[in-house]
Amino acid sequence: MSLDLSFYSWELIQNFLIKGLLFSVQLTVVATLGGIAFGTILALMRLSNKPWLTIPASCYVNVMRSIPLVMVILWFFLLIPTLIGRPIGADLSAYITFIAFEAAFFCEIVRAGIGSIPKGQAAAGQALGMSYAQNMRLIVLPQAFRNMIPIFMTQIIILFQDTSLVYAIGAYDLLKGFEIAGKNYGRPIESYLLAAVVYFLICFSLSRAVKALQKKVAIIR
Amino acid sequence: MALIEIKQVSKWYGSFQVLTNCSTNIKVGEVVIVCGPSGSGKSTLIKTINGLEAFQSGEIRIDGVSVGDPHTNLPQLRAQVGMVFQNFELFPHLSVTENLTIAQIKVLGKSQSDATALGMKYLERVGLINQKDKFPGQLSGGQQQRVAIARALSMNPKVMLFDEPTSALDPEMVGEVLDVMVQLAHDGMTMICVTHEMGFAKKVGHRVIFMDQGKIVEDCSKDEFFLHPEKRAPRAQEFLAKIITQ
Repeated sequence: MSLDLSFYSWELIQNFLIKGLLFSVQLTVVATLGGIAFGTILALMRLSNKPWLTIPASCYVNVMRSIPLVMVILWFFLLIPTLIGRPIGADLSAYITFIAFEAAFFCEIVRAGIGSIPKGQAAAGQALGMSYAQNMRLIVLPQAFRNMIPIFMTQIIILFQDTSLVYAIGAYDLLKGFEIAGKNYGRPIESYLLAAVVYFLICFSLSRAVKALQKKVAIIR
Repeated sequence: MALIEIKQVSKWYGSFQVLTNCSTNIKVGEVVIVCGPSGSGKSTLIKTINGLEAFQSGEIRIDGVSVGDPHTNLPQLRAQVGMVFQNFELFPHLSVTENLTIAQIKVLGKSQSDATALGMKYLERVGLINQKDKFPGQLSGGQQQRVAIARALSMNPKVMLFDEPTSALDPEMVGEVLDVMVQLAHDGMTMICVTHEMGFAKKVGHRVIFMDQGKIVEDCSKDEFFLHPEKRAPRAQEFLAKIITQ
């Protein structure tokens, strides 16, 4: 077997990959921000002592975490149009699915992060007259998020890799770009090989960036 | 008139009773020392005063406002009660200045400049103005506790609660914190101090409350407590004998 890498060119990048890369990155960013926001709400619900908040949040998280992502992607793609009565595109479906799915994972990370902050910190905020919301926003969550940065980044790297699963609903992401390019040039093996390299480079540099970032935001204790 | 009224307060953790019918009144300007063996409910009692610990029966009023009443705006009430914790509990992600101003700005609605001015005044008073830009983790325990006192004072509280403020400190740092507290007592601040520092109690305390097994066993003037131990309850005598021999 011999590899023919001659089709690796600017043309390949321009015609097949840029579009896919942009979508993968966008999906990662949107799912991260949306997932953290929704996940934080879920975490606060789970940490409250009101059953009408904890039970739905726990059910949601446990269900999401027990279903393979590719099934959730397909399920949302089929379910949402039935619910709202009109079809939605693969892209929009992917955004909603990933936010909904990642929120379950971010919820557990945030919950652990909040748990890592000594109880006395919240007591000190309370004693100064802060409301629950102020205490969370100004005292507990800023510290918790700093503690969570490494695990957040790990989750984001996994998320970026998982975005490739949108192939199931035909969205055009980075991997799809490589797949189509491989077919067009008749060189699927070389194309997937390059895909692996590109995914590796992106994920590896992300994890390097984490380490640098971690030092910058660390709290002196 | 009493600034703080505590009437028949009882509290249970499950079936275990931590406080049993605790009652006392605290007047403006009074310095009350709360002491007793560990596990006697001292810290729990002091935390019920600003509602950090709930209680199941009895009543606590601060300046007439009931702490246990579900209609009471607890955050608003707590803003008027300064509290100093055993483990300082400064906010490690904020600078000393931000620690002093955040609640003034967010809770009292003061401007940044007013809050900073008052914060700096109290930081000066505890002798740490040159540390204003540092983070809590860069300060010694004693310094952190002095900042914590300044933070509580910056809210202009009606009363200051101290929950074993020197227990977590290295011995050589206890003095600097107690000096600040002595100064505060001399300035006329109403103070309730859970502490084992009997030297401090003798120096500035007006009244001593001795607790054991969740009950207030003794509640008398400082002189009565220290000068006439023979008139005290047996458990308090035992406690006094121990600290005197130490």
